[in-house]
Amino acid sequence: MELIVEGIRKAFWLLVTGDPEVMGITLLSLRVSGLATLVSLVIGVAAGTLVALTRFPGRGFVVSLINTGMGLPPVVVGLFVTILLWRSGPLGFLGMLYTPGAMILAQAVIATPIVMGITLAAMQQLPKKLRLQILALGATRLQLVWILTKEARLPLLAAVMAGFGGVISEVGASIMVGGNIKGYSRVLTTATVMETSRGNFDTAIALGIILLALAFAVNLVLTHIQQKERPR
Amino acid sequence: MKRLLCGLVIVCALLFAAAAGAQQAPAGQRNIILATTTSTQDSGLLDVLIPLFEKKTGYFVKTIAVGSGQAMVMGQKGEADVLLVHSPDAEEKFMAAGYGVNRRLVMHNDFIIVGPPVDRGGIKGTKSAGAAFKRIAGAKALFMSRGDNSGTDAKEKAIWKAAGIAPEGQKWYQQTGLGMGQTLNVASEKQTYTLADRGTYLALAKRLDLVILVEGDRDLLNIYHVIEVNPARWPKVNAGGARAFADFMVSPETQAIVRAFGVDKFGSPLFFPDAGKRVEDLGK
Repeated sequence: MELIVEGIRKAFWLLVTGDPEVMGITLLSLRVSGLATLVSLVIGVAAGTLVALTRFPGRGFVVSLINTGMGLPPVVVGLFVTILLWRSGPLGFLGMLYTPGAMILAQAVIATPIVMGITLAAMQQLPKKLRLQILALGATRLQLVWILTKEARLPLLAAVMAGFGGVISEVGASIMVGGNIKGYSRVLTTATVMETSRGNFDTAIALGIILLALAFAVNLVLTHIQQKERPR
Repeated sequence: MKRLLCGLVIVCALLFAAAAGAQQAPAGQRNIILATTTSTQDSGLLDVLIPLFEKKTGYFVKTIAVGSGQAMVMGQKGEADVLLVHSPDAEEKFMAAGYGVNRRLVMHNDFIIVGPPVDRGGIKGTKSAGAAFKRIAGAKALFMSRGDNSGTDAKEKAIWKAAGIAPEGQKWYQQTGLGMGQTLNVASEKQTYTLADRGTYLALAKRLDLVILVEGDRDLLNIYHVIEVNPARWPKVNAGGARAFADFMVSPETQAIVRAFGVDKFGSPLFFPDAGKRVEDLGK
């Protein structure tokens, strides 16, 4: 118990003094997971909308796949991305393994189905008549998608939060494809694992608290935006 | 159409990620991938040595801390440039198969058998590791194994084998599949015996309810070698960087740092530098 108190004190101290290593780790976490969420947002919203608005054979199967993908185990993603990025692998020429870029890629793979699934659900929840109405007013397909996306912005913000929350807290894939390299690809979660195995439990707890605080801060901002625009 | 879109999306993602990666990754051949054991990282030794090496040579070292077994598989596949490992039997096979070049002795410390202060198996003071393991098996006292093909795991299996005991599948023999630090924590919580390297044990000792029961057997030497991955086999390997790192590890200055490392914190060194010595002469 006193360990947790010690950890909280240490977290506070690290934040207040602006410990350069911890700051670097925190910023990298934010950057990697932020970019990954951004990538997943572009792909996930586009693909989710596409599936939501079209009817095609095997659609039920695709939707099931997406919903399953929302629970993709990060270690499995990490393993596949690692194998793809090996020097001897199909994408080895990129020289990307053990870089922050590889972590962004893996995290984007994890977050994309989450965003896609929530987008899909959000788009399908919009009243069918809305679509007909927009089309009747002479909107092009692109305009239709744009208006629908705007209509669904609140659940879409939830998708951002879910995607970001999923990847910033993820450790399995990051440690495999990033390698937890000091000052280069070490993020909050991988550093926590390492400090734990080193027996530095207070530092590990401190890093965990910083991670929670970071996730909270990001969600606070997003929630604020979301709730401000509550539909009347 | 859909497939095209999907493909497009994947390509975009890759480019994006690659750009983000390349943005800050130092240029190609300045990178070295060092595959090593968790003990060198968890003890903090590499945190001291790597920055020195990088400053001296300008190379950027990507340290991937895994078990010796996995490190050697990485070398075997050309996914690492240089290895710092402690699993001599497996290393000899690795060399014989032509996967590595220039295997050089770097340092040693030792393994210890630790366990709960109660010592149910009565192994305290046993002179040889084999005899201690026999007693543990005889008493059916819980033993926590790494079970992860690491150097420590290989050593432990060799001791069981030499003692003529097949512990796998026995109720008192459990495997964590985790690193040394985590395995020590599990052993401490469950009050079981385990084989550990002294460095990791000392680093964690203050939080562990485990004591050293057997030490000093020549069989328990823990010997680290540096191996360059064979560039003739894997042209993508950074041979120059690997050579520079291996040379650095056996250089007199580095060896002096190894000797002094940990003295201030633990009162005794964690590793003993051995560059240029012969394995047969160690521990005498």
